[in-house]
Amino acid sequence: MFGSYEWNKKLVIRTVASWALALLVFFPILFMLVTSFKTELQAIAVPSLWVFEPTLENYTEVQDRSDYLHFAWNSIITSVLSTILGLLIAVPAAYSFAFAPTKRSKDIMMWMLSTKMMPAVGALIPIYVICQKLGLLDSVFALTIIFTMINLPIMVWMLYSNFKDIPREILEAARMDGATLWDEFRQVLLPLSMGGIASTGLLCLVLSWNEAFWVLNLTSANAGTLASLVASYSSPEGLFWAKLSAVSVLAIGPIVVFGWFSQKQLVQGLTFGAVK
Amino acid sequence: MSSPDQESRLTQRLLLTPAVSTLLLWMIVPLVMTIYFSFIRYNLMQPDASGFVGWSNYEFFITNPAFGDAVFNTLLLLGSVVIITVTFGLALALLINDPFPGQGLVRVLLISPFFIMPTVNALLWKHMMMNPIYGVLAQISVFFGTEPINWLQDLPLFSVIIMLSWQWMPFACLIFITSLQSMDKEQLEASSLDGATFWQQFRYLYLPHLARPMSVVIMIEVIFLLSVFAEIFITTSGGPGTASTNLAYLIFAEALLNFDVGAASAGAVFAIILANIVAIFLIRMIGKNLEN
Repeated sequence: MFGSYEWNKKLVIRTVASWALALLVFFPILFMLVTSFKTELQAIAVPSLWVFEPTLENYTEVQDRSDYLHFAWNSIITSVLSTILGLLIAVPAAYSFAFAPTKRSKDIMMWMLSTKMMPAVGALIPIYVICQKLGLLDSVFALTIIFTMINLPIMVWMLYSNFKDIPREILEAARMDGATLWDEFRQVLLPLSMGGIASTGLLCLVLSWNEAFWVLNLTSANAGTLASLVASYSSPEGLFWAKLSAVSVLAIGPIVVFGWFSQKQLVQGLTFGAVK
Repeated sequence: MSSPDQESRLTQRLLLTPAVSTLLLWMIVPLVMTIYFSFIRYNLMQPDASGFVGWSNYEFFITNPAFGDAVFNTLLLLGSVVIITVTFGLALALLINDPFPGQGLVRVLLISPFFIMPTVNALLWKHMMMNPIYGVLAQISVFFGTEPINWLQDLPLFSVIIMLSWQWMPFACLIFITSLQSMDKEQLEASSLDGATFWQQFRYLYLPHLARPMSVVIMIEVIFLLSVFAEIFITTSGGPGTASTNLAYLIFAEALLNFDVGAASAGAVFAIILANIVAIFLIRMIGKNLEN
């Protein structure tokens, strides 16, 4: 890995600086990961211990005490379902904006984005009351719908900027050959925009997994996701860093690893077509 | 009989219907209810008291000394985090743009904070980094022989800004990296041969190329930063006093800690107005960059 570089002073400085800064940014996560393998006493030792005999007891205790798998399952269900539902609603809209724009398309898209700027807290009480009346407080169903709605504007935008790059002639040619809208979508649009659809879905998964506001305010034991499991370790546990670290690692682990593997794909869509 | 043209227009409308109608419902129903609540007496502790109260909820919310602080904190938080993340994100992107050993791994490490959920982010910084006795930052202070800072007590808003910047800087950085990779290499080389300094290149080649990605970063960050909640809820609870209370947290406190839904709803109407002002401002400023 070092062989192919022409080493000079500039490259050395650049390499060292980049690594130092990357480790600095990553340090808090590393620290948490290391802490999760300590005993509680080791965890708050000053100065921090870096050499110790690792233990798994924090992880077993988290599962024993609060049923990690239940919350993890809620996280998976709500993020996956809201992503699928969101794509089903957003793809047709983005298709229409991209391939049959009218005078009002831009305005409608701006309006969609503006709904995202409304602070969620402004809608909290009405949504809470509605959920209460319908018996949907603390339900996975309500959470899934809410996740879908809060991600929808961004999904439409991302898909739109992706579809926009597909030459309209290709779709028109298909239509001339007698393709129905469904054929056109399945055989022409889908293969050409798989990347964009994938990155939109990926972002939606990440955002839903990490969503905290609605989860903290609308759910408790039944429909709570990992975001609320972690929050429940905050107040009563006080300084129990090792357990807190273990539960945090368990909560972010799946999505961080997922993010590492999909980062290139993810970013391509996130640029909203800004990068050519 | 309808013409094919009309027919296709109908199809397009049908394709838009699910997205537009669900979003409309999602927006209008809470909005109407919020406006309604803001004009009635609605206190969870006094379920019997009710009735139209005119503008008094608004008066109550505005004259609350915390209101001015909350608006100020919301905008300060937004502005600081956007400036910090764009500046550092851009600097980092320029640094790691050209190949060096381990570039891929550095990228992975740098982007990681973006995937951390707000509750974990907040707890991680509150306890392990910023605890005035055991925290890493306190240990660093002690190492250099200075008094450890009690971050959340003495610099609460700044602490929240640090957490949010840590989370959003990777996002900015990654978008800039992706954008830099599509720069015209020949043009850069030619300008180097002509003796252009880095600053000249930055000003005339990099900056114009980055205008659009920069607009995207600012837009997305504004959307998410206007309503920061979990980080404040978990670390400082808006305090001490109102030092780290933003509008979102103030409304939350009014409704669910003081149980005054009427006043909270009046606050929510203000938050919506503020969001719209920022949105109009934003669209004016960077809207052109977002269109082609």
